[in-house]
Amino acid sequence: MASAIYQCIEQIGSKIIEHKDFLTELDREIGDADHGINMARGYSEALKALPQEEEDIGAVLKKTGMTLLSKVGGASGPLYGTAYMKAAKVAAGKKALTLEDGKAMMEEAIAGIKMRGKAVQGEKTMLDALIPAYEALTEGMAAGKSPYECLADMCAAAEKGVEYTKTIRATKGRASYLGDRSIGHQDPGATSSLYTLEAIRDFVKGL
Amino acid sequence: MKKLINGVDNIVDEMLNGMVKAHPEYVERVPGTDVVARTGAKKTDKVALISGGGSGHEPAHGGYVGRGMLDAAVAGAVFTSPTPDQVYEAIHAVDAGKGVLLIIKNYTGDVMNFEMAADMARDEDIEVDQVIVADDVAVENSTWTTGRRGIAGTIFVHKIAGAAAEEGRSLPEVKAVAEKVIANVRSMGMAVAPCTVPAVGKPSFELEEDEVEIGIGIHGEPGTHREKITDANTTADTLLDKILAEGIYGEGDEVAVMVNGMGGTPLMELYLINDHVADVLAGKGIKVAKTLVGNFMTSLDMEGFSITLLKLDDELKALLDAPADTPAFRQF
Repeated sequence: MASAIYQCIEQIGSKIIEHKDFLTELDREIGDADHGINMARGYSEALKALPQEEEDIGAVLKKTGMTLLSKVGGASGPLYGTAYMKAAKVAAGKKALTLEDGKAMMEEAIAGIKMRGKAVQGEKTMLDALIPAYEALTEGMAAGKSPYECLADMCAAAEKGVEYTKTIRATKGRASYLGDRSIGHQDPGATSSLYTLEAIRDFVKGL
Repeated sequence: MKKLINGVDNIVDEMLNGMVKAHPEYVERVPGTDVVARTGAKKTDKVALISGGGSGHEPAHGGYVGRGMLDAAVAGAVFTSPTPDQVYEAIHAVDAGKGVLLIIKNYTGDVMNFEMAADMARDEDIEVDQVIVADDVAVENSTWTTGRRGIAGTIFVHKIAGAAAEEGRSLPEVKAVAEKVIANVRSMGMAVAPCTVPAVGKPSFELEEDEVEIGIGIHGEPGTHREKITDANTTADTLLDKILAEGIYGEGDEVAVMVNGMGGTPLMELYLINDHVADVLAGKGIKVAKTLVGNFMTSLDMEGFSITLLKLDDELKALLDAPADTPAFRQF
């Protein structure tokens, strides 16, 4: 039987693959029309490469990161690859995760994305979904909410972050060349980040 | 979409195979990779030059692998940077202990993937350095963008840095001359019609029958603005004015010129554009020492062209004139 972490990655992959065309369409408007195609290819390959029964969460996440790094390409490959590999370090050797672990993994993943992408919040990137999501998760935990409520808050904040990307001008990545013409468009990377978080939320709900 | 392909997933693999079958005396694939390297001994006793990027820009970059230019080229998926593991394989295949210079076009993905590969190679004590080409004047170079894009001017970097490496210069020396080219090369492009990425199946942007897109990149990304189509000379002036406004090229200077087709433009049109470009430069007292007209850095089936100017000094001129023998660029 496949390990819980494999099933979680499978759920993330399914969600990305399901929205492949929409992500590509978003990228066509302000980028180079390949985000959905590349991400879907990366997750398909990762699901083939992952050991289904491996229970070491860190090992599975590291392998996921390495596969995305070598199969996605573009900027998304290094960014998502780095995010998974940073989270893997926190989860190394663990067979179960607490919400506290999840928060620490997300913190590391965000730090990795900032470092690799030389980006900060407000530049119309995946960080505009992930940083508010992390903040909402932290607040929910501090308020003593249930794990599912915390994850639901996290996703609601990420969704707001995606909406926010429509109002701002891109200053990183290929969309930055459009200047003000990038305003009004939703960032594809922030959108795939939202899908990732939503798939994690739904996976936890189903446990 | 109407294209001569056998399936979107096989394009890069079949293209690379076809390239090495066409030019077996020049290039071969590094087994198990999307890396094209010089046929025979890969580790020649000199600084090794590697470039690469997404596919769809043919003959870039595999076509420039050969004596006097690159040692290896890494091909990514269409318009998508190659991944760090592939670049790392290329570094391994050609490093002869004299160091490796990565020639990267300035795109966020390309820079990240090549830098990650360089980090991996440095962990094994391979000496790796990089230059980033950012010649496209269409886009702003400011804190509000990722910096200018790297486009057709990259070919001049391949040629000149390649000649310097072939002379036996050291890695810092080859890098310095590559940086000198980058400082003196500027380009700008336009499209009459967009390209279609095979996996997407529809054009990357839409243009009305009487519209052109000015300031396009080489990945089907939209340009800086649209205008009504006029004629070739007026269009060439639009690009040339922006390049000349950089203030690099003045009366008495010597330049190399490239009129580059985007993939779907007849050579006839490129030549008639060059006729005008040469006249404009002559009128300004700028001497053209070398002209390249053709499809050097394409964007799939896009119809359009770019103009590149490179200001030459004695060193750059000598290196530009040095022999080169590659599938897509030969000079003796």
